[in-house]
Amino acid sequence: MRRYILRRAGYAALSLLLLSVTIFLFVRVTGDPAALLVEPGASPGDIAAIHHRFGLDRPIWVQYWLFIANLAHGDLGQSFYYQIPVMRLYLERLPNSMILAAVAMAFSLLIGIPSGILAAVRVGRFWDQAGKLFTLLGLSMPSFWVGLLLILLFSVTLGWLPSSGGGGPTHIVMPAFALGWYFAAAHMRLTRSSMLEVLGSEYIKLARIKGLPQSLVIAKHAFKNALIPVLTLAGINLVLMVNVAVVVETVFAWPGIGRLLYEGIAFRDFPVVQGVVLLGGVMIVIVNLLVDIVYAVIDPRIRLEK
Amino acid sequence: MSVPAQTAGLNLRPRRLRLIRRGKLPWIPILILGAIVFVAIFANLLAPHNPEVGVLSERFRPPFWEAGGSTKYLLGTDQLGRDVLSRLIFGARISMVVGFTAVIFAGAVGTFLGIISGYLGGWVDQVIMRLTDTWLALPALTFAIFLAAIVGPSMWNIVIILGAVYWTRYARVIRGEVLSLKERDFVRLAIVAGCSKWAIMWRHILPNVLNSAIVLGTLMLGVVIVAEASLSFLGVGVPPPQPAWGLMLADGKEGLMVGYWWLTVFPGVCIMLMVLSANMLGDWLRVRLDPQLRQL
Repeated sequence: MRRYILRRAGYAALSLLLLSVTIFLFVRVTGDPAALLVEPGASPGDIAAIHHRFGLDRPIWVQYWLFIANLAHGDLGQSFYYQIPVMRLYLERLPNSMILAAVAMAFSLLIGIPSGILAAVRVGRFWDQAGKLFTLLGLSMPSFWVGLLLILLFSVTLGWLPSSGGGGPTHIVMPAFALGWYFAAAHMRLTRSSMLEVLGSEYIKLARIKGLPQSLVIAKHAFKNALIPVLTLAGINLVLMVNVAVVVETVFAWPGIGRLLYEGIAFRDFPVVQGVVLLGGVMIVIVNLLVDIVYAVIDPRIRLEK
Repeated sequence: MSVPAQTAGLNLRPRRLRLIRRGKLPWIPILILGAIVFVAIFANLLAPHNPEVGVLSERFRPPFWEAGGSTKYLLGTDQLGRDVLSRLIFGARISMVVGFTAVIFAGAVGTFLGIISGYLGGWVDQVIMRLTDTWLALPALTFAIFLAAIVGPSMWNIVIILGAVYWTRYARVIRGEVLSLKERDFVRLAIVAGCSKWAIMWRHILPNVLNSAIVLGTLMLGVVIVAEASLSFLGVGVPPPQPAWGLMLADGKEGLMVGYWWLTVFPGVCIMLMVLSANMLGDWLRVRLDPQLRQL
């Protein structure tokens, strides 16, 4: 058990190391980072000053070491546009992204789980077919287009909901739905297959033989067990939602980290772009590690795996 | 010696063809994709107007069936008075070129690395798989945005970026297949017969993983097209004034609040139709070509 966790932690640490090298190298190999740091049309003297200020005139391994050392202190550099540390900016925006992700997750589970169960119980019939169509649409409509259509319907035509910004609870409805839409399809697919597996098991047969009514078999015996993999996936997706909402947050001007990334691009604020991407990767590596560990605690077979 | 080899080849091929012929072909996605390819190829002949030059006095014209629309601009005009239909037609070309080349690029890199990782094993495998894990840890779209922000927007940069981001999906799946393939008798026989490692990988392993690569590629087509549209929408994809569908959506966003719905609805429908047909075709191919991937 301890060996398994140590090895997983080692992999995670290696991933983080590779992640930092990847991002560090990409920035430097693809061009002069100073060019990203200055206004377009800066004089050579300005560029040389930037080189010196950020240590870009030093050997590359020294630069990498400084990059890592700063990172370890939580120092991601200074935002050019806002003139405050990137880390502070990130932490300011993070709660907004988390709220958005939580509401989006609620939407996606409220749609995905009931429709997945319905499709599994009526497998091959109308609701299953309708569910398949829904999954296909969910996976084929880009979330930002769903967002734009929602604005068109609920803000422009009906005038019910505000089209952009953060604030009251009405602001979150549309971005959360647009973000949750794609994941609803994934959650439905998994609920259906997980439910089908459970429904075919011996203990469900036993419950049926006992003469329990269909509704009780499904609600009490099948549902609970079928839910485990769905909730696991939902946990991972929640972290993913925090990090992939760039386009949706941009459409609705929701002040989260996705919007921050977009602003970083629009204002050529390179430390912000680098910081958001790096922290997103760190968050996901850590969650993957936690999931591995939780699995090992729950299921002893995994611990023995090589 | 050559006779049995030939009959073996003859036996294999018709069976595979029959498998495809037996089931109903998925006509809907084939027709949609076919139509988009046709439009993309003959964009010059089909488009009624220049997609990049507009008439400012004709801005924001609605589609022809609405009040104020004219049959001169069937699907209306945008904020610079450019014809929406012509832009959609040329946009098909951009989506097709970016979609196909990025998928092929990612597929070639991923399949190659997947094969050598799975077949050679050892430290090569370790290095490639750790790299794959790391790249998979970054959310694909965020990673692509990051790269696009560094190298600057252009259509071919987007192709390279999407290829660089999505090769990991292939590498994972292909490696898994190679691991089981290399224990099979025909590979052992090839080793005994004195084939070199590269010859085995090229002549015996590659043809056997090609089906999976094609299925994955079809499914990736939809993913890549959405990614391209998202990058263009954010302003780090195909640069204006080129008529990329994602860019059209970004432009249309300003007119949305005053009710210029056609600038938002039409490009989105195009993206959806293309992604939908790629997904449907991919699902169909998966069931036909690759029993191992059926559960995915």
